[in-house]
Amino acid sequence: MGQAITVTVNGEKRSAEVEPRLLLVHFLREKLRLTGTHIGCDTTHCGACTVLVDGTPVKSCTMLAVQADGQQVTTVEGLVAGGVLHPIQAAFKEEHGLQCGFCTPGMMLTSIALLKENQDPSDDEIRWALSGNICRCTGYMNIVKAVKSAAVQMKAAAEVPAATAAARS
Amino acid sequence: MLPAPFEYHAPRSVDEALDLLDQFGDEGKVLAGGQSLIPLLKLRFASPGHLVDINTIKDLDFIEERDGTLRIGPLFRHKAAERSSLLASRYHVMADAAPQIADPIIRNRGTIAGSVAHADPSGDWGTVLLAMDADLILRSKKGTRTVKARDFFSGPFSTALEPTEILSEIRIPAAKPMTGGSYLKLERKVGDFATVAVAVHLVMDDGKVGSAGIGLTAVGPQNLKAEKAEASLKGARLDDAAIKQAAALAAEAADPKADHRGSVEYKRNVVRVFTERGLKRAYERARGGG
Amino acid sequence: MAVETPLKGNIGDSIKRKEDDRFIRGKGNYLDDVVLPGMLHMAINRSPFAHAKIKSINTDAAQAVPGVVAVVTGELLAQHKLAWMPTLSGDTQAVLATDKVRFQGQEVACVIATDPYVARDAAGLIEVDYEVLKAVVTPQQALKSGAPLIRDEKEGQTNNHIYHWEAGDKAKTDEAFAKADKVVKLDTFYPRCHPSPLETCGIVADVNPATGHATLWMTSQAPHAHRTLFAIVAGLPEQNIRIISPDIGGGFGNKVPIYPGYVVATAASLLIGKPVKWVEDRSENLISTGFARDYYMSGELALRNDGRMLGLRVKMLSDNGAFYADAQPTKFRAGLFHIVTGSYDLPAAHVVTDGAYTNKAPGGVAYRCSFRVTEASYLIERLVESAALEMNMDPTEIRLKNFIQPEQFPYMSATGFEYDSGNYPRAMQLALDKLGYKELRKEQAEKRKKGELMGIGVASFTEVVGAGPGKHYDIAGLRMFDSAELRVHPTGKAILKLGVKSQGQGHETTFAQIVTEELGIPAADIEVQEGDTDNTPYGLGTYASRSTPVGGAATAMVSRKLRDKAKKIAAHLLEASEADIEFDHGKFFVRGSPSKSKTIQDVAFAAYTNLPDGLEAGLEGVTYYDPPNMTFPFGTYLVVVDIDRGTGQVKVRRMVAVDDCGVRINPMVVEGQIHGGLTEGFGIAFMELITFDEEGNCLGSNFTDYLLPTSWETPKFEMGETVTPSPHHPIGAKGVGESATVGSPAAFVNAVIDAVGHLGIRNIDMPVTSDKVWAALNEKGAAE
Repeated sequence: MGQAITVTVNGEKRSAEVEPRLLLVHFLREKLRLTGTHIGCDTTHCGACTVLVDGTPVKSCTMLAVQADGQQVTTVEGLVAGGVLHPIQAAFKEEHGLQCGFCTPGMMLTSIALLKENQDPSDDEIRWALSGNICRCTGYMNIVKAVKSAAVQMKAAAEVPAATAAARS
Repeated sequence: MLPAPFEYHAPRSVDEALDLLDQFGDEGKVLAGGQSLIPLLKLRFASPGHLVDINTIKDLDFIEERDGTLRIGPLFRHKAAERSSLLASRYHVMADAAPQIADPIIRNRGTIAGSVAHADPSGDWGTVLLAMDADLILRSKKGTRTVKARDFFSGPFSTALEPTEILSEIRIPAAKPMTGGSYLKLERKVGDFATVAVAVHLVMDDGKVGSAGIGLTAVGPQNLKAEKAEASLKGARLDDAAIKQAAALAAEAADPKADHRGSVEYKRNVVRVFTERGLKRAYERARGGG
Repeated sequence: MAVETPLKGNIGDSIKRKEDDRFIRGKGNYLDDVVLPGMLHMAINRSPFAHAKIKSINTDAAQAVPGVVAVVTGELLAQHKLAWMPTLSGDTQAVLATDKVRFQGQEVACVIATDPYVARDAAGLIEVDYEVLKAVVTPQQALKSGAPLIRDEKEGQTNNHIYHWEAGDKAKTDEAFAKADKVVKLDTFYPRCHPSPLETCGIVADVNPATGHATLWMTSQAPHAHRTLFAIVAGLPEQNIRIISPDIGGGFGNKVPIYPGYVVATAASLLIGKPVKWVEDRSENLISTGFARDYYMSGELALRNDGRMLGLRVKMLSDNGAFYADAQPTKFRAGLFHIVTGSYDLPAAHVVTDGAYTNKAPGGVAYRCSFRVTEASYLIERLVESAALEMNMDPTEIRLKNFIQPEQFPYMSATGFEYDSGNYPRAMQLALDKLGYKELRKEQAEKRKKGELMGIGVASFTEVVGAGPGKHYDIAGLRMFDSAELRVHPTGKAILKLGVKSQGQGHETTFAQIVTEELGIPAADIEVQEGDTDNTPYGLGTYASRSTPVGGAATAMVSRKLRDKAKKIAAHLLEASEADIEFDHGKFFVRGSPSKSKTIQDVAFAAYTNLPDGLEAGLEGVTYYDPPNMTFPFGTYLVVVDIDRGTGQVKVRRMVAVDDCGVRINPMVVEGQIHGGLTEGFGIAFMELITFDEEGNCLGSNFTDYLLPTSWETPKFEMGETVTPSPHHPIGAKGVGESATVGSPAAFVNAVIDAVGHLGIRNIDMPVTSDKVWAALNEKGAAE
């Protein structure tokens, strides 16, 4: 009962034949071996499996792989560009925004979507935006700090001339 | 948890979708945002033979005010409602409810129409539509019919929607001047279903209540419309006594069950408190405040 | 522009974590990321009933599903003597049920298939014919005469009682109560909750039938101990078992026990000859793996009129579920619950504990807690709150009056603990200053006049962590020491191998820092390895905040051992006598002439190239550290709440946390640990709950009902620290992973009680949900 799909994952077209019931998260993890996207629950609560679908955060355990046909998916593995960390990655390390690392990919991807819409979010705006991603380790304090710090970095990078800008939105 | 097998269909038009639904009957299920359906499939609480995905159909994601009616398409998502300046300025009860649906990521995909069709008694949008006296447009291969929100819900996860039909549009009377609303929800954390929620949609007319819509979430087998409370307010001055009376009637209309979220008495009381607070907030907004 | 000197990574340096480099790239290697050629997948069929006889199991339909390789039942395991396994508390636990099921979610049969979806499909097709029995869902029911016997298979077991255990001095305590001016009593229940790490438990078992070697990737907080237990359970030669605990997505105690799924997957791999993967889903994790707490506690405090405490009496009844599988030191049937005298100089105490079987999941792990310290700390801090209310004293005043004073350390407690060090008044004062306590009390009084409810909660906890000493503390007979092996390579870079295992605590960074401090090798040059039993020295693992107190001490000691040898080599290189060699921050020099020196890197090279006669080559060593005592971290937590009288909703407005965990190796990491612990404490206090209906159905079996705090509800924490080093720990550190979970629940609940205490409300059991608060207010006529 396979169905052919083509999904652009981290900029690369990936085609496969999948069962309709295959969840997007399993497509990414099992078929493409992109294991940075994690699974933490069965009920769409934890957000560990969050990826960007056409730029929007989606819980990939609650979307079928067939539904991603023809769409752009970004996973944590797609954040490093040209060997350079995305500012959100650098900030999570710098501000100790992670401990066990299991929620981190989802947290970072949700944060990136937030920062695209809001370049200068307040603490509460960050906490609100991240409230669909559960972290059991950090108590969120340093995650909020990391997102704020990434916002500052990204703004600064956007303000310098394009030639030297390392920022990628 | 993994879903049982099913066949997947991605129609390109509503007609094509209706053909498919007609063909599958009870075995067919519409997939919109999927934020309730896919978890049910994973837990194997639902195992339809065929999923008809309407996300591939163009032009279903809309909201517009036209001919005295606010029209909402089947793929209009919670997130869009949350950010809609139209809703924020004129339809407060919807603007209040939107950010309280599930969590921010679920709101990116979930749809208002899908949530209404799912008809969870703890769901929020049905209550909002009851308060706003919405019409639901149900379309099948055989034709189109209009069902009032108050006639739509028939029990837990049970509605007037036939398996062959699509909830193709939600129609709400366009907001008049001096309209105010509120949605107060008691939840245990972000992403939780309501323990109790109260929707208020208030239209003032010459200093008196033109119409008051009051909907109740999670205190009955389905979303409830507190009609006696609504009637008590019609034509009344919205003073403390009127508010208290309406709140008491709303609490009476509630038919909650005791569970680990609280006793019957507790839930009724929250209905009363939220109706009072909600009416006050709606009134303020109707007068241009808050 | 000033050039910043990069931090070398000494103790006290907040260097960034090494492990993050892979995690932020999505390149961690968690259990579910492990894929082996030919790997099969396992799914478990579980009991829908809490208590039922198994009349028959029909696996035909499951066997017939294409892709199914095998279906394993208890009967099959019994043929290999694997249907039952020992628990960490000396009981037995069913691997797969044979006679009857004893809790909802118990493992009944397993399907092994080529695909996880197929395995799940087939598991649902196993037909089990049950005869439902009456379920016992509370320990009180369990101990009533005539209660259904849960463990009818155990020889000599005639009722549901598991253990009776006492600590302290009954006669002395009775005497104290006889002299008391006032006795304050509190009955409280610390409900069942669950550690719920974001990653569930799992295994990839790869048993090679040709060689008999078993490589088991497991989400294990204690890989070495697990290897030994596997050897005992499965009867495999221990040298053939290799346990690899990969990156772990949080543990919090949940990954201490051995679960039936591990055993079945291993047996299946052995029988089939292919690797078998089993990864729990969240519901399985919540309904069947190690829960925490479930203690019914009753405390009585004997007081003088001036508020001085004279004695403490405690009774506790624990609900251990269907199998007594608590992870705790063998001699202590209720863990370290007898630390219940807390931070107070209590001349007399007597603690009586009993445990009972019920038809609920087994496990009794310490959820971010050192063996039941959390329950103890909660009881005494809640009891002191009651006492303050009853005596009409400020909750800080009664504490200050009864604290063990700084000069009393080392302090022998009435239940037999020797507290190593502490300065409780100082930590409390700092917290009060940070909060602006007096001003808030004024605000509270103003609000109260207007009928508004605001509360300030206080908790001054003392923890006990870092078990051993081995002669008193063992797990299943294994003494609770821990180990470190340090290898300094010729180029001066090093590998440190540990018996403990990080689950997010940052060992790869912080343990390197101990070596940096002791040997001067920059932390960046030290690779820390853990989790692979073939490549690390034997240790008891990471739980009970023991990694720094024990594994950290081992690291310091092995570093010192190498430093002693390095001194000999330095003396040779500097042509001086060993006695004249001094060491400071990575340099060896002759006393009095610091300009003439050799670096640790020079010495390391010489250890392989230029040795004095008679000295063994190399600069490597291993230490097994058996601590002389445990360590006793402490602190004061303050919480401010506002309560909505109409809904009972509690809003945490502020929280100040002052922790004293002795010397902080990496303050950034320490603060992160406290943030996490406070959040889990907040969750436990207000929302996390595993409960059951009368039939024993688990309510709280997924995240829809087992509620975890999000960024939105979680308070913003204000942190403070004092430093009282542990006198017996080589670097003065005490351990911090669990302090915040231990101390904070009482602070949150005390804040609520402080807001409503004037109405006569003395207790609301956790989780303090809005409906319970409203009901309490309503009973006193104070609800809106």
